[in-house]
Amino acid sequence: MNEAMFAEYQEKFTCKFPKAVELFPDLLNDAVSKLSPQGVEAYLEGANFLCKIGQGVEPVLVYMEVMPDIAAHFGQGTNKMIADYGYQLARSPNKKALIPFLSTLGHVCRRIDKIEDLELYLQIIDEYVDKTQTVIHGHHSVHESPGMVALLESMPQLISKLCLKGIQNFIHYGASNYANSPNDQIAYFKLESHDAKSIITRERQGTTFKDVARHLEMLKDCMWDCDLPFQTFATAFDQLRKPVPYLDETIIAVPDVYENENGISGLNRYRATLAHMMAHQRWSTKLMADNFAPHIQLFISVFEDSRVEYLAIQKYPGLKALFLSLHPYPEKGACNDKEFSCLRYRATRLSRALLDENFDSENPLIEEFRQKFHAVMSEKGEDSTTRDMAELGSLFYVKSRKQSSDSMPKMFFDDTEVSYRDDNRFIWFHYEEYDEPDEIMPNEYEPEEKIIEDPNSLPPRHYDEWDYISESYRPDWATVYERLHPSADAGYIDYLMAKHDNLAKRLKKMIEALKPQNKKRIRFQEEGDELDLDIAIRSIIDFKSGQVPDPRINTSHTTDSRNIAVMLLVDTSQSLNERNPDTGQTLLELSQEALAITAWTVDQLGDKFSIAGFSSDTRHEVRYQHIKGYSENYCDEVKARISAMEASYSTRMGAAMRHAAHYLDAQQAEKKLMLVLTDGEPADIDVKDPQMLIEDTRKAVEELKGQGIYSYCITLDPDADEYVETIFDNHYTVIDHVDKLPEQLPQVFMKLTQ
Amino acid sequence: MDISQYKIENEPFYDAQSNEVELYEAAYSARLPVMVKGPTGCGKSRFVEHMAWKLGKPIITVSCNEDITASDLVGRYLLDANGTRWVDGPLTLAARYGAICYLDEIVEARQDTMVVIHALTDHRRELSLDKKGELIKAHPDFQLVISYNPGYQSLMKDLKQSTKQRFCALDFDYATAEKESHILQQEGKVDAETATKLVKIGEAARNLKGHGLDEGISTRLMVYAATLINQGIAPVEACKMALVRPITDDADIRETLDNAIEMIIG
Repeated sequence: MNEAMFAEYQEKFTCKFPKAVELFPDLLNDAVSKLSPQGVEAYLEGANFLCKIGQGVEPVLVYMEVMPDIAAHFGQGTNKMIADYGYQLARSPNKKALIPFLSTLGHVCRRIDKIEDLELYLQIIDEYVDKTQTVIHGHHSVHESPGMVALLESMPQLISKLCLKGIQNFIHYGASNYANSPNDQIAYFKLESHDAKSIITRERQGTTFKDVARHLEMLKDCMWDCDLPFQTFATAFDQLRKPVPYLDETIIAVPDVYENENGISGLNRYRATLAHMMAHQRWSTKLMADNFAPHIQLFISVFEDSRVEYLAIQKYPGLKALFLSLHPYPEKGACNDKEFSCLRYRATRLSRALLDENFDSENPLIEEFRQKFHAVMSEKGEDSTTRDMAELGSLFYVKSRKQSSDSMPKMFFDDTEVSYRDDNRFIWFHYEEYDEPDEIMPNEYEPEEKIIEDPNSLPPRHYDEWDYISESYRPDWATVYERLHPSADAGYIDYLMAKHDNLAKRLKKMIEALKPQNKKRIRFQEEGDELDLDIAIRSIIDFKSGQVPDPRINTSHTTDSRNIAVMLLVDTSQSLNERNPDTGQTLLELSQEALAITAWTVDQLGDKFSIAGFSSDTRHEVRYQHIKGYSENYCDEVKARISAMEASYSTRMGAAMRHAAHYLDAQQAEKKLMLVLTDGEPADIDVKDPQMLIEDTRKAVEELKGQGIYSYCITLDPDADEYVETIFDNHYTVIDHVDKLPEQLPQVFMKLTQ
Repeated sequence: MDISQYKIENEPFYDAQSNEVELYEAAYSARLPVMVKGPTGCGKSRFVEHMAWKLGKPIITVSCNEDITASDLVGRYLLDANGTRWVDGPLTLAARYGAICYLDEIVEARQDTMVVIHALTDHRRELSLDKKGELIKAHPDFQLVISYNPGYQSLMKDLKQSTKQRFCALDFDYATAEKESHILQQEGKVDAETATKLVKIGEAARNLKGHGLDEGISTRLMVYAATLINQGIAPVEACKMALVRPITDDADIRETLDNAIEMIIG
């Protein structure tokens, strides 16, 4: 650029902020090198425009810095588009978002290709603003969208994980679920809340661990016969340090999502990762880390990784193709040891050479060690040790060392990461306690779980909840804690049974009628177990008298049996403490009586049967109390639990039903029935929209139906018709006279299972 | 009645797992009833057949099922032109003419059915045909052998103690890897390398027992796979067809086993 041109452009740049004037030459240089002359003019026009919108110098500078790249990619029209958009933002209540918008635009544009996508991006932001900026009634002003700044600042992270459609869903979810709580909205868009993490995981492309968990569990059992549990770590949040898989004595840690790599599906990447770590688990022993310099450790790791993979490939030859397709192939001469430390580059090349016999290293040293390695492996096979590899590794490092270059601060990283390998903490132990390897997974996004330390409780489980407004699931929304129901005096239940002695007698008759008849005779069979004499004689008479005899002269027997699994889910929310003014009994007491009698009935019938109580205190604590399991008899312990029932908190039915369903699902039975005994509609104190949990429960009933579980509701709420039909279709009974519950519940049960 | 039609002419291939051949011979020489237990497809029936051939005795096999009744075993009256006619059942046949009677998968039959064998299996060695009014004293060569699979024992399907306690028992399991590979080479006519790979697949699947699979892959299925490979089917396809599809309908297990097969065959 000559001085004349510069002067011409300088004249066109009318912005007179001192800072802008000072930086102008550099910025212009950059723009001129990337844009056409018309482009530069459009660029300067945009800058002049932003200069006049009354937001100071900063937007101008940021604009001038990011725009050359963007305009070079999308065309000069973007200058005006962005400047106009900036103006629109500056005029709106969200003017604080102008700088974050401009400064993250560069990141965003690097991830998108077409100008239409850029337009879509702006449109997505507009949609968010429309949804969240608030108008307070009576005031003629509009308030800013609380999460706007946080959202734009998180945009580089979001765009690196999600496509635009995914971002749109992410924003939509946050905007609609936190419309009334600005602080939560900010935390969500800062990606600090657990929900943000769940949604990103859901919207991400690639294979999530959740989708393939069962398959991997089985693969682990089947191919490696290993008992260690899996644990996932989040990959979406750490920008600086990318967490890698690891194995220790207690867990196998894998990423929550794997995207496709080199055309290898996420599932296959999980398989490769699993195979590699399982090979370590089977064949690696520990080395004292302090005995080796860090650089040597690197090469020992390479040899050890190669050794266990060699053994794994011996066992499962198919792994070789998988490992090869994922292992990087560092080109010859890619790393210049004058500028970079080539340690990692050398290590990866060595590793590739040990795995791939076609890798032509043309490097006598690598060739020499390749032969040494294969000599050890073919000689010793499974008897080779980590120690053998430590020798090879040390030797290789000593021979390949480049004194000055290796310790250069700039490390060459391209094509050196073997993504399916773990961090090898499994093979090292450290002398000093404080030498413990860093915790790779700083879990700042710990869900807000209360940890209940109790030997009678199980670890929490999370369930999705249906949001009928957005017609999507809120992932891992409700947390269910299952614990053993406390016990009280079992004699109380016997007393209740004695009280309902008459009822029990009547029920007993019904039970007898329902009970499977062990044998049923089927007459008139052509082939059967036994000759039916009456008919046989008749046939012979027919035959002798010249008529056509009836050939169906045998009888046979069949057994008919019931094969039903039943789950009785009892609402134990606070409202059960209400007293019936006439009888003085609480609903809870009636429920207890009903439970006792029903449990007795089902026990007599011999069906598989379990009972649980549920209540909830917000979505973070859904309590699920185990009263009777399928394998438990209806014994004193169970009775004691029923007699200890207490009522408290609210009714989050959907989560409880989903949790109960996972037990029912595991039962082998022809028919599966879930009876829900409740006194009111699903509700919880953290849900304002009364329709929300009703719709969620309806969805849960649908899900259960999909699993082959028939849900049926027995409600004590006389006004239940309004909602119970929405939820359970016509599978419900309303008990109008609550005192009749003990009588009706077992009858409903028997009617259903007839 | 020509009992010799039940004789086995050619030697059925059987590779002894341990000393079961000698044990069986000892039991037969004392005419003790024998029960062979073991998972499905591990070679129980083949063993009994082999022993019958070795001892040169005819063998009558009954595959039990839920519908089998006492009269199916003992015999029944059938109608013909002149009225009714008695026809011996397989058990009566074996007792009358001196054969080994082999009741395969006996738990499948209903418990009450099995009571008919009681008198045959103790010192009395007799079978009473009450409908015919005949008492058969068992032929000196007669022996009763039953097989069952304790794997899918359920409350409904178990032998009564009174039945169990009339037999001496041989416990079978899948053969060791080496033996199994030998069996596959013999029966499936595949080379040693393929046989070893098939055995590895079997081992992998057996690890899944209890995690969704009721039973592992049986030796019999592995022989099928070997036979298919021998027919020129690609090994991976043959294994999927013979080893995976028959034993599971669960998509995840199928995928897991398919993957294991691909990894093992390479």
